[in-house]
Amino acid sequence: MLVDALFLQMGYNATLVTLGAGLLGFAAGISGTFLFLRNRALLSDAISHATLPGVALAFLLMVALGGDGRSLPGLLAGSAVSALLGLLCVNALVRHTRLNEDAAIGAVLSVFFGFGVVLLTVIQTLPQGRQAGLESFLLGSTAAMLWADALIIAGGGAAVVVLALLFRRPFLLVAFDAAYARARGLPVARLDLLMMGLVMAITVVGLKIVGLILVVALLIVPPVTARLWTDVAARVVWLSGIFGASAAYVGAAISATAPDLPTGPIIVLVSFVVFVVSLLLAPSRGVLAAWLRYRRFQKRIHIRQGLLALAQGHPIYERLTLRLLVAAGWARGDGVATDDGMGYAARALRDEARWTALRTDNRFEAAAAMYDGVRDIDTVLTSDQIAEIDRRIAETPA
Amino acid sequence: MLRVVQSQANDTTADPAAPLSIRGLTVSYGQKPAVFSVDFTARAGRMTAIVGPNGAGKSTLLKAVLGIETAVAGQVRVFGADLSMQRHRVAYVPQRASVDWDFPTRVIDVVLGGLYRELGLLGRVRKHHMDYARDCLSRVGMEEFEGRQIGQLSGGQQQRVFLARALAQNADLYLLDEPFAGVDAATERAIVAVLKGLKAEGRTVIVVHHDLSTLRDYFDDVWLISTRRVAEGPVKEVFTEANLRATYGGRLAPAQIDMLSRQDG
Ligand SMILES: Nc1ncnc2c1ncn2[C@@H]1O[C@H](COP(=O)(O)OP(=O)(O)OP(=O)(O)O)[C@@H](O)[C@H]1O
Ligand SMILES: [Mg+2]
Repeated sequence: MLVDALFLQMGYNATLVTLGAGLLGFAAGISGTFLFLRNRALLSDAISHATLPGVALAFLLMVALGGDGRSLPGLLAGSAVSALLGLLCVNALVRHTRLNEDAAIGAVLSVFFGFGVVLLTVIQTLPQGRQAGLESFLLGSTAAMLWADALIIAGGGAAVVVLALLFRRPFLLVAFDAAYARARGLPVARLDLLMMGLVMAITVVGLKIVGLILVVALLIVPPVTARLWTDVAARVVWLSGIFGASAAYVGAAISATAPDLPTGPIIVLVSFVVFVVSLLLAPSRGVLAAWLRYRRFQKRIHIRQGLLALAQGHPIYERLTLRLLVAAGWARGDGVATDDGMGYAARALRDEARWTALRTDNRFEAAAAMYDGVRDIDTVLTSDQIAEIDRRIAETPA
Repeated sequence: MLRVVQSQANDTTADPAAPLSIRGLTVSYGQKPAVFSVDFTARAGRMTAIVGPNGAGKSTLLKAVLGIETAVAGQVRVFGADLSMQRHRVAYVPQRASVDWDFPTRVIDVVLGGLYRELGLLGRVRKHHMDYARDCLSRVGMEEFEGRQIGQLSGGQQQRVFLARALAQNADLYLLDEPFAGVDAATERAIVAVLKGLKAEGRTVIVVHHDLSTLRDYFDDVWLISTRRVAEGPVKEVFTEANLRATYGGRLAPAQIDMLSRQDG
């Protein structure tokens, strides 16, 4: 059944939701990257929680005007207005009081959300309120998505992607070095506002599918995951979009396989799985790679130290060192060097002297930066450079 | 006995197109002015040092010139026009870059940031951009670090990367806030060579500088500041015992002042 869902064979509604979620995930991953890199991740949580009273008030307003209150465009418009209000409140609190941004976020988030919950309770008591299903905006749902709803999500998501990619260069410049951006005349405040506007749009558009409580995960988990894989900001942006899209697509497909599975939490769990896998396996920042690197390095350190000890006729203290030397055929079990071992030991000692000379010579700064105590010097210098170092060693009186 | 020698209004003061001219500038944090009603004029194609004790307002002066801090009063003209018209001709290296050191950016990406104006929103980074950025890196001796993540450099190396970014901007007026802080002697020599190279190309270089013993070697002009302007003019004329006393008050040991002002008799 999951396979059916993944290949969009679960019927019209599930197909709409799955595709919509995938696109939303892509847009959220892309725009979330800028938020994350600007160290503003939590602000999106305030924005999303601030949508709730807007949804409820929009419903009440539409009912009061004689509609049935459930029109998605109306509800989303309401949510956008109150999200914007929440954002402005956070900004105003930070600017005009001594509150830090995190305190301001906490205050706005809880007050808006609390107010929204009160309104939802009131709506429950109304005759039109019971089937309204506004609670589904909390955690998202795949039930009863209309073609028009899907279009809103697709259109909103696409617009966000276009704007985010259009402005990625100034966004990244501001995120990396806001003072420099300001000195170069970039409109930093306006760029920040635009970035928050994109996040707001994602939140509003994503309400239906992931719900307001968890949309923050869609914005933040993908960039955090992507960051594990690369040190280049432009690649973080794209990877984050891809991770977000896959998690949302798969998550929505899973939730379509059973009637009561809420979409938002499943998507979040899927993206968490992607995160954990990345944390373990990513090549440079992953835990496994780091551990392997450390073990390899440790071995090389032991071997090098062992060789230096052999060369200078010092005893070998550590078991691991001896074991590694014996395994390489450079020492016997009692710690005496083999002929082979003597050769390598002499080389290690000569390299050591060269490194020492190199590190005091400014011309070799970049090479010296590679110094880790174990590297053979011919892996970083050309033979000409080594000859030059040797000349220097010969010149310096011992 | 404290006689403050204000340099005579030199003829460049009137230069309408001076690279930088500051009139009556006051910048205040809260109610406490960090820079009070100062006038300075930079002369084209020269190296000027801004000198004064800690907290004298040197960094603040540069930030106000760049519009990073808002001035309470005063006028700043860059090449005879408003800064907004001339921004592309001004490059700035801050005292301490306030960046996120874990940011996913390599050394070469930082330098390419200097080409922001040229690349625009969507322009692709092409080979000649890369070559140019590499050239700027090699001018500060950092070409072999281009692939490093920026946080994996020492403080002095980071400093040079930001200098390379400023070079990439290809500006006419360079404002540097203590580029020699925390760098070793060899690096300092390398940076000075770069700055003198800029000067030789006719560009104007203004540097906040703390080391009074190298002032004469490196700079043509000096601005002495201690919240207020103390003096400005050619180093030879302005760098005198009286002016130093007026700038530093009791902060310089008498022996130090004696030595410095006697340095080249
Ligand atoms: N962001 C700020 N908020 C409040 N006061 C500030 C701020 N920045 C600087 N100041 C104050 O303004 C004055 C001038 O500071 P500024 O950084 O311009 O000094 P400086 O001459 O560059 O000193 P240094 O040699 O230590 O770099 C100081 O008294 C400082 O305490
Ligand atoms: Mg300063």
